[in-house]
Amino acid sequence: MSLRPVYVRGVGIHPFGRFDDKDVTQLGQHAVRSALAEAEVGRGDFQSAFCGTVYTGVAAGHKVLTSLGLSGVPIVNVEAGCASGGAALSLGVSQVASGQCDTVLVFGMEKMPRGIIRSSFFPPWCEKAGLTPAPAYFALRARRLMLESDVTREQLAQVSVKNHRNGVDNPFAMYRKPFTIEQVLESKMVCDPLTLFMLCSPNEGAACVVLGAEPGPTGPPVKVLASVVRSHLPGSALGEHTPMSGLVADDPPGPTERAAAAAFEQAGIGPEDLDLTEVQDTDSGREILSVEELGLCPRGTGGRFVADGTGERAGRLPVNPSGGLLSKGEPLGASALGQIVELTWQLRGTAERRQIPGARTALGHTVGRGANASVTLLQR
Amino acid sequence: MRTMASVAIQPGLFTEAPNPRLLAGHCGDCGERHFPAADFCPYCGAAEISTAKVGGTGTLYLHTVVNAAPPGYVGPVPYGFGLVDLPEGLRVVSRLTADDLHALASGMAMRLKVDTLFRDDDGNDVVSWAYEPDEGAT
Repeated sequence: MSLRPVYVRGVGIHPFGRFDDKDVTQLGQHAVRSALAEAEVGRGDFQSAFCGTVYTGVAAGHKVLTSLGLSGVPIVNVEAGCASGGAALSLGVSQVASGQCDTVLVFGMEKMPRGIIRSSFFPPWCEKAGLTPAPAYFALRARRLMLESDVTREQLAQVSVKNHRNGVDNPFAMYRKPFTIEQVLESKMVCDPLTLFMLCSPNEGAACVVLGAEPGPTGPPVKVLASVVRSHLPGSALGEHTPMSGLVADDPPGPTERAAAAAFEQAGIGPEDLDLTEVQDTDSGREILSVEELGLCPRGTGGRFVADGTGERAGRLPVNPSGGLLSKGEPLGASALGQIVELTWQLRGTAERRQIPGARTALGHTVGRGANASVTLLQR
Repeated sequence: MRTMASVAIQPGLFTEAPNPRLLAGHCGDCGERHFPAADFCPYCGAAEISTAKVGGTGTLYLHTVVNAAPPGYVGPVPYGFGLVDLPEGLRVVSRLTADDLHALASGMAMRLKVDTLFRDDDGNDVVSWAYEPDEGAT
């Protein structure tokens, strides 16, 4: 089957943060209306809609579109943990690429409960036995990096310092305050080696991408080269599918590695062709792991990648120039599409103080519960 | 006088002290083990699962310390949390206990114990499995 090119016709975002005066439907409305306006797509001009969300409940996307007078087309709500927005995007992309639809609305939104993310994923006895806290799993992955990739506590802090500094320039981020390495290391110890300022906050927000078989009216055309979701293989006790056991000997490639390999193959490009990336940084160790798993540096060299500044905004391959989830916060259903919005602005050259000069090819990545990982490749 | 009972947090996870073992599932088709034992093999989907007693001892792979009680947890804090490699080839998620949680280190010899999490409304001690440093290991 020959596939059509797919373009980002328009984007919209509701800032990420805490908004006590708005419900989640209002957050979604804001992002959808902004994106439709930018794309110059009217209420009857798209043929299907996909909504990524985790905590919103029944008919979440339907409520947004109903309130905007936009119902009638198929509306599919997509839950894939931290990759929900990426999963919604991949469905939309396949509909346009296959010719089933000329224009598809993809949006994601979330209003996360405060505090440590609690999930219906685990049976209650696991919670009671203390086997479920997400930051503890993050800490084990960070410690594995310290053991196997020579990552230091200072480098973990350095990731947080970079992303918070980048976030100062992002009006859509929740935290816009820079920190020093010392401040990050001396903030409250949550789960050794991760301190409070090395962890992102679950929060609220929405983002929307209008996909089309033709480019949109705003800026140079941005094409979706690949939009891929992968889940896990059995065997890894530390995988994002958080089983209670795995095997000592067998450590199969994770969902991120598998999604990245498929996306690069589909796009016919490699990590060396990228100008910038937005990757999952639920915690600072996760960013280093993401960089390794995506193949942005060889396995075992993530610490050096951080230390030599490769991922800084002025570095060879900027990682999370938006400030990442560490500064934006993580509204699960919206986070992957928030990356697409940001990367679209970067490729159009309109990312203002965050702009990576001359950016032409970009990667977005999320990974989390399920396990699910999404990798999206965009090109101007 | 009321007799204090010890109640497992969930049946079918482990055998009782003094020499406890984890109750893993052993697939009769592909031969892989998994824990807790499930109805179907997570590696191949087969239904021929028998029970294997494993993990009386192990080696600590990775660990952290949980300082604040996560949602739903009612046991003592701080507590250790990590991955323990078992001689049977399984790597299990576990609570960790130690006199000094900060002295835990990758590669340490560990031993399985049945550990009290909390006392329930009926006065029973609710217990789960945990690993602790194996002082007697050579």
